[in-house]
Amino acid sequence: MGASWAICKRELRAYFTTPLAYVFIVIFVAMTGATAFFFGGFFDRGQADLQPLFSFLPWLYLFLIPAVAMRLWAEERKSGTLELMMTLPVSTTQAVLGKFLAAWIFTGIALALTFPIWITVNYLGNPDNGVIITSYMGGLLMAGSYLAIGGFVSAMTRNQVIAFVIGAAVIFLFMMSSLDLVLGVFRGWAPTLVVDLVQSMSFLVHYDAIVRGVIDVRDLIFYLSIMGVFIYANVVVVDLKKGE
Amino acid sequence: MSPVLRIEGLTKQFGAFTAVDNISFSVDRGEVLGFLGPNGAGKTTAMRMVTGFLPPTAGTVTVDGFDVSRQPIEVKRRIGYLPEGAPLYEDMTPLELLSYIADVRRMSGQAKRDAITRAASRINIEPVMHQSIGTLSKGYKRRVGIAQAILHDPDILILDEPTDGLDPNQKHEVRNLINEMAENKVIVISTHLLEELEVICSRAIVLAAGKIVADCSPAELEAQSSYHNAITVRVHEAHCDACKEHLDALDSVARVELIGQRDGLAELVAFPVNGQLILDQVNTKLRDGTIGVEEVRVERGRLDEVFRRITTTV
Repeated sequence: MGASWAICKRELRAYFTTPLAYVFIVIFVAMTGATAFFFGGFFDRGQADLQPLFSFLPWLYLFLIPAVAMRLWAEERKSGTLELMMTLPVSTTQAVLGKFLAAWIFTGIALALTFPIWITVNYLGNPDNGVIITSYMGGLLMAGSYLAIGGFVSAMTRNQVIAFVIGAAVIFLFMMSSLDLVLGVFRGWAPTLVVDLVQSMSFLVHYDAIVRGVIDVRDLIFYLSIMGVFIYANVVVVDLKKGE
Repeated sequence: MSPVLRIEGLTKQFGAFTAVDNISFSVDRGEVLGFLGPNGAGKTTAMRMVTGFLPPTAGTVTVDGFDVSRQPIEVKRRIGYLPEGAPLYEDMTPLELLSYIADVRRMSGQAKRDAITRAASRINIEPVMHQSIGTLSKGYKRRVGIAQAILHDPDILILDEPTDGLDPNQKHEVRNLINEMAENKVIVISTHLLEELEVICSRAIVLAAGKIVADCSPAELEAQSSYHNAITVRVHEAHCDACKEHLDALDSVARVELIGQRDGLAELVAFPVNGQLILDQVNTKLRDGTIGVEEVRVERGRLDEVFRRITTTV
């Protein structure tokens, strides 16, 4: 784990030595606030909770997370530093985990910086802080899954714009997989089992439960397995494509 | 003791294209191996397989008995590597970069600080340790790349074009550094500077189209030149024809060629039969013929000529 941690530290430092971290955090915090207050009707609802914030989070993440993930591997491949890193005594798995962890910690920091809204809610009323904590967990799990997908896509190309667009598209399909937009493609021909499987892949369905304060083991397993599968795929792709 | 670095039947194919074609060699401690070849001959691909970046299509690389395909981490621990073009994280300072490399290589505390100080002072990058790498000159970037390769004092040093982009003084420094380290390490460098071969390498491997076309000492490579032991004579143009006749008359001279004329002087080259030493005979002949020469020089051989010949006939 030592090597993963060293890579993670380097990545995190890289976020904060470039404007990326500050731009991302400012935009993210501003937009969570804006969506919560304007679209979510934060005050009008008359309820002391963070529902307005968390119901828009998946949509903010849809384009903000691919923006963080797109550089993970595409940049290393383009600048040639991938060769430097992969000839150090680290395994590909260690490298992938280190980078993923750094991106996850970074999005976690951004999410944590929405705390003023939490304080506001506590000042104005008596919210169920248990629900708010599980909501934050749900947000973090969703960020992790999006990042795993984005990292995997980033490993397939050296072009960051392509990594962004494809990453966002794949995440969008996963979000929509409980709706007819995606299910319609499968309904005509695929067996019910497949249709059900596709339907169960929806980020939104699993997220809604957690945000309502219900931690179901199946939702946890869902997010963790999405991360596991895409991190594994990331390792495979890095190994396959590193020489190109 | 078996060789430190052993390469057997190493092959790399990209689709239908064979970049490295069944090469084998071993390198021992104390050897500085120069990897030569035209661009695209497979030097970089071969180095990438040795350092564990690319998996070989066939063949094995062993370092201290560890196989790079089966125990890549053990191999990578023993190797210091400067990749082609010295890719570095441009937003880091050299200090941060070296500190990161040290972390990944599991160095810590005083040992880490000492290693960084030592590497930085050996390659003279101390003045820029706190400047971001993206703002450094090409020469400094290259040297930071070398610093990260020697940071853990590896047994095996693999440098892909270590002096590319350096000015003559910096080249001299890097070559001195390589000579200093050569004693107890295996050093493999790739270069297309033939002069570099003579200055630092104890052995040369020439690649062409993925195959080894020569594996010998630089001196032996020079001896393959038709210029090996040839005599270059510069005489006044008036004496040119007479001089040529005299030299042609020698049995040990295969042929005499007029290479060029400049400043009223003609330059003749006498090629010996079978590369034998002919200076003494040429001297005597010229003195007997009372031909006043301005310069007489023995050629050791022209590497560029040998290089061209052996890399274009494949």
